[in-house]
Amino acid sequence: MTPGDVDEVLARVHREEWARLVAVLARRFGDLDLAEDAAGAAFLEAVRRWPNDGVPANPGGWLTTAASRKAIDQLRRESVRGVKYQAAHMLDDRTPPEPTGPVDDDRLRLVFVCAHPALAMEARVALTLRLVGGLTVKEIARAFLVGETAMAQRITRAKAKIKAAHIPYTLPDADAVRERLGGVLAVVFLIFNEGYLAGAGDDPLRPELTDEAIRLGRLLRTLLPDDGEVAGLLALMLLTDARRDARVDPSGELVTLAEQDRGRWDPGQIAEGLTLVRERLAAVAAGAPAPGRYQLLAAINAVHATASSAADTDWGQILTLYDRLLKVDPSPIVRLNRAVALTELYGPDSGLRELDPLVAVLDGYHALHAARAELLRRAGRSDEAATAYSRAIALTGNPAEQAYLARRRAELDR
Amino acid sequence: MPRYLLSGFGPAEPASFGGYPSQAEMLQAFDDTGVFNDRLVRDGHFVFADGLQPADTATTVDGQADSPVMTDGPYLETKEHLAGFWVIEAADLDVAIALAAEGSRACRGRVEVRPFHTADSIQALRES
Repeated sequence: MTPGDVDEVLARVHREEWARLVAVLARRFGDLDLAEDAAGAAFLEAVRRWPNDGVPANPGGWLTTAASRKAIDQLRRESVRGVKYQAAHMLDDRTPPEPTGPVDDDRLRLVFVCAHPALAMEARVALTLRLVGGLTVKEIARAFLVGETAMAQRITRAKAKIKAAHIPYTLPDADAVRERLGGVLAVVFLIFNEGYLAGAGDDPLRPELTDEAIRLGRLLRTLLPDDGEVAGLLALMLLTDARRDARVDPSGELVTLAEQDRGRWDPGQIAEGLTLVRERLAAVAAGAPAPGRYQLLAAINAVHATASSAADTDWGQILTLYDRLLKVDPSPIVRLNRAVALTELYGPDSGLRELDPLVAVLDGYHALHAARAELLRRAGRSDEAATAYSRAIALTGNPAEQAYLARRRAELDR
Repeated sequence: MPRYLLSGFGPAEPASFGGYPSQAEMLQAFDDTGVFNDRLVRDGHFVFADGLQPADTATTVDGQADSPVMTDGPYLETKEHLAGFWVIEAADLDVAIALAAEGSRACRGRVEVRPFHTADSIQALRES
């Protein structure tokens, strides 16, 4: 094996084993800090030793052994000084072994701890990316345009609260899982959205975040294979991310769905997303609970994914899906998107009738003004459209979107 | 078992009916809180609970100098003050939060959940 091969194996093993390693250590030692440190130390040892000794036959097992030894060493060192004298009891693994099966409880536990509702959303996101995703503090800080020290403090503070407030490292019971799962999915979707259309900074897309969100979505899908919303979120992310290469043109301008070169959509991701959507349709037909917002959003994107052009899109189907979504999630953002479907079916005036009342509630939201500008343009109300484009440009921090909106404004017939 | 302080807050200025909209609602809140307290005792969570006189009855004392210095009024100058609290024992934060939600419903106010130090955390603090 060349050093390059070993690097590749290390990167792959890190992707595949990090969450499990942290999760197993956290359960065994009851301490997230210790788990994170020991997992990090075990990987450092692998980086040092594998190039000479060769990659072990069972890298995950090797890392678990190495990390447990690091954790015990650290506890011993600390217990010599007297700290955590009581932690000595953790040296024997008294917790019952996890049932083996499709559900890996340790990782699921870790996910639920990181997304605990007693933590602020930004803390949940950071903690999930660090402890489940295995991103470095530096990577997370860069992705959210926060200083590295501030991000490190955010993560440290969250871990300290988990410890001090005794946030349990257990799985919620079945009812609470369903309730709390919404919060977990929200964390993953927020990570995805920040990568899909970055709120600020020089890069319009942050593929490291969308990739990571999809990876987390896949992990959740492995852990909770029967949950419809878990499947729905993964399908939604795959179908949306499939359009990544078509979403920004060579000059760095955002390309809208209608104008995208559909030949550049990723057929593999679309196929995988559509399979998940079909699986859910079959499950719901067979009596599974009615689809929630992620399944409905995935279904909407499936309609787009199967249309050969914007004009060929089954807008009636999309409107029906938005009507159902509105029942599950009666938010102004859903109404905004529904108005776009209305326009495609019945013209800009019917869309504008829906949008105008939303200005009062969503005035600070760039996408409202961008959508309104487009409808006003189509209705021939150019001056009002120009004002709306300007407002959207002022509100969005995304350079590709600014470029697109500025061009549309310049093209207005005035 | 971990201990938590559950705190309820009320207006700084003494209001009629203890800050509740009417006497009937005040009495109902007292009754509901009593029922909640009984449940805490029954299920082994109860350590202590009580309501406080209005914050303007407080005296702040600084005993660090030779003779104590007294200030008429509460330590913090805020619009809302601690009005009552529970000290409970709960297995973890999820249990404490569920109890706080019940307490909040009973006393008709928001409740802050805050963990107490433990022997371990004090030990770690001493050696930090």
